[in-house]
Amino acid sequence: MIRFRLAKRAPLPGWARILIPVAAVVVTLILSAIPILVAGGHLLESYYALFFGALGTRFNLLETLIKMSPLLLTGLAVAFAFRAKFWNIGAEGQLMAGALMATTLGLSLKGVPPFLVLPMIMVSGFLAGGLWAAIPALLKTKLKVDDVVSTLLLNYVMIHIMGALLFGPLQQPGSSWPRSSEIIEAAKYPILAPRSRFHLGVLIAVAAVFVIWFINKKTVFGYQAKAVGVNVRVAHFGGINTTSVILWTALISGGLAGLAGVGELCALQYRLIMDISPGYGYSGIVIAMLGNLHPVGVLFSSLFFSVIIVGAQTMSRMTGVPSYIAEVIQGMALMVMLVFLLFTEYKLKVVRKS
Amino acid sequence: MSPMLEAAFIAGLLGAMMRMATPIIFATLGEIISERAGVLNLGIEGIMLMGAMTGFLVTLLSGSLWIGVLAAALVGMALALLMAFLSVYLGLSQHVSGLGITLFSTGLAMFVYRLQVGSPTVPPTVEPFKQITIPVLSSLPVIGPGLFRQYALTYVAWLLVPVISILLYKTRIGLKIRTVGESPVVADTVGVNVNLTRTLCLVAGGALMGVGGSFLTLAHQNMFLMDVIGGRGWVAIAMVIFGNWDPLKGTLGALIFGFLDGLQLRLQGLGFKIPFHIFLMIPYLLTIVALIGVSRKATVPAGLLKPYRREEKTG
Repeated sequence: MIRFRLAKRAPLPGWARILIPVAAVVVTLILSAIPILVAGGHLLESYYALFFGALGTRFNLLETLIKMSPLLLTGLAVAFAFRAKFWNIGAEGQLMAGALMATTLGLSLKGVPPFLVLPMIMVSGFLAGGLWAAIPALLKTKLKVDDVVSTLLLNYVMIHIMGALLFGPLQQPGSSWPRSSEIIEAAKYPILAPRSRFHLGVLIAVAAVFVIWFINKKTVFGYQAKAVGVNVRVAHFGGINTTSVILWTALISGGLAGLAGVGELCALQYRLIMDISPGYGYSGIVIAMLGNLHPVGVLFSSLFFSVIIVGAQTMSRMTGVPSYIAEVIQGMALMVMLVFLLFTEYKLKVVRKS
Repeated sequence: MSPMLEAAFIAGLLGAMMRMATPIIFATLGEIISERAGVLNLGIEGIMLMGAMTGFLVTLLSGSLWIGVLAAALVGMALALLMAFLSVYLGLSQHVSGLGITLFSTGLAMFVYRLQVGSPTVPPTVEPFKQITIPVLSSLPVIGPGLFRQYALTYVAWLLVPVISILLYKTRIGLKIRTVGESPVVADTVGVNVNLTRTLCLVAGGALMGVGGSFLTLAHQNMFLMDVIGGRGWVAIAMVIFGNWDPLKGTLGALIFGFLDGLQLRLQGLGFKIPFHIFLMIPYLLTIVALIGVSRKATVPAGLLKPYRREEKTG
């Protein structure tokens, strides 16, 4: 009888760690043929539409980068939290907290000098997301409440807070829809490329990659967070204040997600709506995993995801394959990446038994 | 309120409680079986959505509600098998594989629904399950009409509570399951196949999660909406902790959630001048509060979250 066993393998060289996510992406794209074929799409035509829709023209390319901005921020948020084993599944709610804060300030900061408005909104949006994430971090460290469950449940609490406000005090006067009024001009992100929606938020997201990389690699805090992630007990006995590390991790993680919400509101929607996020917070989890929790990896995986999401729209228009295929591909990408990551540490051994 | 109205209100509230608790009971029981064997299945939310979608679609196509429920169970089992492959056989992080299953199933549910139904202005509906009135019991004063005029699936859920309790605590199979969840090494030593046991528990749990999802589209409502599960899978995960991994106590938690959910529906109907989202928030908030109450003294199955690889002697 032949049996398969997983056995530890020698550490792979550096190039393999770059090659593996690339291979995972390729395998995912190959597997995507299954739902495309099931939906009756022509394969070459569909893939062409996917990539043309995402990258084919200047406008499409810029739209892809715009889509990348929130995904990159939520991806970084999740990656930063997961690295310290703070299971933040709540980026979705933290994003909404940021958007909610941006709306409130964007409607009320009328007498403030215009050059101060955006910085104030961004800082407050960051704090709103960060504090919303600090709640489950506190519950985890002080009361041992499972962070997966509490961050998930808080997403629903935030959705309903938003709903209550959009059907209540924040509702646009005279409107019967759950939407706010438009924020003031000074609160809008500047557009950086003519004839497009390419905005400041994209640069902020890319800058965040370097900031997180710097924190991870060059600061004591980054080292401590890593130690907490590897083994919280050992870190504790090694003299690290693990409670404070987890709290700060949550604050920064939630803050990044909050910034994503600020960007969606102040650069694209200009008013709060219930559908402010089509699940960016959840996509952030996949993006973080696909990027192997490394900020530069997250940059590339968020780019890959925005290509898929923007491209799927075009594919849907041209070939009739439902655009929800983007979500299917996201799910597949995560599972493929997981399996690939496993084989960076393990190899399959064939054991023969008589 | 007059006594008559009061009785009607209580009956309505009890009925709503039983109804809203049903999918949570199914999901909580499914999750308890999985976690007792040592696997946290965070795929639950996605599995329930696939169950809801599949149950609805199959009923729409076949015309039979029970075939729909069966299909929901089967699809739940299939997804749980995928979960077992990732988390049990490959030993990947249970957190991440579960979330992967949820994201994948969520995408798949919406994709398949769109593919089959398209995007008509009026979504298709099925003729949902009818409530079954149990004679004698349903004429009990006050509680009778609320508790004993329910959907067949609700009665099934209630039947499953003692069945699974007995299975877990009073049978050899249950002993095996609990040993695998507490100490895989011991289980392995006495000749229990750890990975197979975990897989079977996941698959059985997946079936229950799928059926729980289908209740929402075949009984509670008669159509499929993208947000039909609305976090009920995560609530079930919370109920497992709340119930300290015990089917009876978990069901009690589900019942409390059902009561709050039913209450908020009633309160909305009474026309307060408060946005109804405040009411919608209450069950989730109180679930978190409940977790705060129990989490410190929770006794987690010791083998939970730990993949078992014989060579490495983990767990």
